[in-house]
Amino acid sequence: MNRIDFLSTWRNRLNLSGRTFVIAIPYLWLLLLFLLPFLIVFKLSFAETRLAIPPYTELVEYAQDGHLRIILFLRNYLFLTEDPLYWKAYLSSVKIATIATSMALLVAYPVAYGMAKAPKRYQSTLVMLVILPFWTSFLIRVYAWIGILKTEGFLNHFLLWLGVINEPLHILHTHVAVYIGMVYSYLPFMLLPLYANLEKMDVSLLEAAADLGCTPMQAFWKITVPLSMPGVIAGCLLMFIPAVGEFVIPSLLGGSETLMIGKTLWTEFFNNRDWPLASAAAVVLLLILVAPIMWFQRTQAKGAV
Amino acid sequence: MPEINSQVRQTWAPWNQPDKKPFVRIENLSKTFDDIVVINNISLTIYEGEFFSLLGPSGCGKTTLLRMLAGFETPDAGRIVIDGEDMSNVPPYRRPINMMFQSYALFPHLSVEQNIAFGLKQDRMAKADIQARVEQMLALVKLQGFGKRKPEQLSGGQKQRVALARSLAKNPKLLLLDEPLGALDKKLREETRFELMTIQENLGVTFIIVTHDQEEAMTVSSRVAVMEQGQLAQVATPADIYEYPNSRHVAEFIGAINLFAAQLETVETDRATFRVAGIDLPICTGRSVNAAVGETLWIGIRPEKMRISRTAPEKTGENMLTGEVWDIAYLGNLSVFVVRLDNGKMVRVQWTNRTRSPEADISWNDRVYVSWAADAAMAMRH
Repeated sequence: MNRIDFLSTWRNRLNLSGRTFVIAIPYLWLLLLFLLPFLIVFKLSFAETRLAIPPYTELVEYAQDGHLRIILFLRNYLFLTEDPLYWKAYLSSVKIATIATSMALLVAYPVAYGMAKAPKRYQSTLVMLVILPFWTSFLIRVYAWIGILKTEGFLNHFLLWLGVINEPLHILHTHVAVYIGMVYSYLPFMLLPLYANLEKMDVSLLEAAADLGCTPMQAFWKITVPLSMPGVIAGCLLMFIPAVGEFVIPSLLGGSETLMIGKTLWTEFFNNRDWPLASAAAVVLLLILVAPIMWFQRTQAKGAV
Repeated sequence: MPEINSQVRQTWAPWNQPDKKPFVRIENLSKTFDDIVVINNISLTIYEGEFFSLLGPSGCGKTTLLRMLAGFETPDAGRIVIDGEDMSNVPPYRRPINMMFQSYALFPHLSVEQNIAFGLKQDRMAKADIQARVEQMLALVKLQGFGKRKPEQLSGGQKQRVALARSLAKNPKLLLLDEPLGALDKKLREETRFELMTIQENLGVTFIIVTHDQEEAMTVSSRVAVMEQGQLAQVATPADIYEYPNSRHVAEFIGAINLFAAQLETVETDRATFRVAGIDLPICTGRSVNAAVGETLWIGIRPEKMRISRTAPEKTGENMLTGEVWDIAYLGNLSVFVVRLDNGKMVRVQWTNRTRSPEADISWNDRVYVSWAADAAMAMRH
């Protein structure tokens, strides 16, 4: 049997086709760069911290008597439940992310609607304008907001010059600054799925609604809004998930009262050097986030029927 | 009974009765899109209970006219009066009109029932009444038991029925139908035509239908408006459009026709004779024409009004030409002969196959006589 025959026989036996290989590439990528690192984090979460390099114990080791010994420390997870700091951080993260996501939805929906209704020849330009800020470093853009929001910043100067306020507003280092930063940073994630959904909306459906007695406003609530729900859900999840774990925005724009799990994780890793506890916190965060994703996938699958 | 109704229909012609008030009055309507004149000064009256067709090729403006009736487009000039009320400033949602969309435009997030109930809920009808009306509409379009389904779970024909039910649910005085059968396959389309006619007759609602299918327009309509480049080429009953088209374009658009450019030779009160270049015998028409002797007009004869034979026809006073069989198309129920006349012109002659093996006696390259009755031919100016 020559080599090519041999290979094709094996290919047939494994039921492999060109398509399988094409699909295999992204799967391999996900396996190596997402699943494997996650498993490492998962493993770390069961280790015990120690003062060494690396700063954690191995789970599996040979005991002196030659037996294989596996030690799982559940202490990290227990600790997360004992210390109220973590629960507060989780709750506060979810709360901040929810508020920021709702605000972004309120901002993005009219914008996406306007974009979708704009003449076709302007639409690609409008999409470009939405993506444009991404060409600048995220960090620089967040720093720019410090310049805008701080007490002697542009916003206060402008408002004082207008005469709207008599003394500068304290916005920087408050929740409000975090919301502004999040809405600003994640707006495209909210906007683009909404736009993609609203743009392919069939105009004749709105005409049919008008024909059946709907004013434009009624048609919007009865037809446009329900049909844009997949876009709303996609946009909200795309924003909510990274927003929950956000670290840069709360550290730079938030104050001492802004408690978020991303900041807590950072402190555990880099200040306390407690890698196992930080890993456990990360695993719990993931579990919290998996729920909405699963829900989204189920609604998507239902919508596709 | 449909037969009785069609009998009635022949004598029912409100457009010929000057005392009848039109239900829809379109007055000098014009519309321009990006410097292209889509509707060019159209005036038209439509009467209550009519099944009126707007027929024409794509881009002739028929859909734009329908959308202006529905209120989705605003005319640049002219006005539309429906049931005595000027529609100029009435938005679509306040017009006493419903429309069935070409794409059906069923709401994908609502079930069949909810789709049909949509307009009724909008009118704040009582819940029990809505339920009864929905059931009634589902029965009308023979979709009982499909109420809970979503539009995506329906076939094309079923969607079409839901769209019809939804547009009729509010009991509109006027229903606009934009290519209602366009998306169905041929067989279903033919069946649905008759159902549409039955529904229209039973409900007595005025229908205005847009179609590019001349057979459809001929079948369903009380009157047909043939549109051409934003204007009305002819408005008449299907029979009049077919038998007495007022232009070459209308004649060619509706059915097949053999056309000759001919010079008017004599005009009498009940007939006219013409001379066609290259043909010895004159051609006569059964009606007089309003033109000067020597003028060039168009003569048209429908293929089914022509006869073909190998021996000279016996009847005198008929039109007769000679030629050679060029091609034969056997279609089962009929055969079409393409005959090359002695002057080189090709004509189509249709032969109904009343017996089996009908072509036996006429074959390719046979010398044949093509004849037709004096009143079979029509004269047209354009």
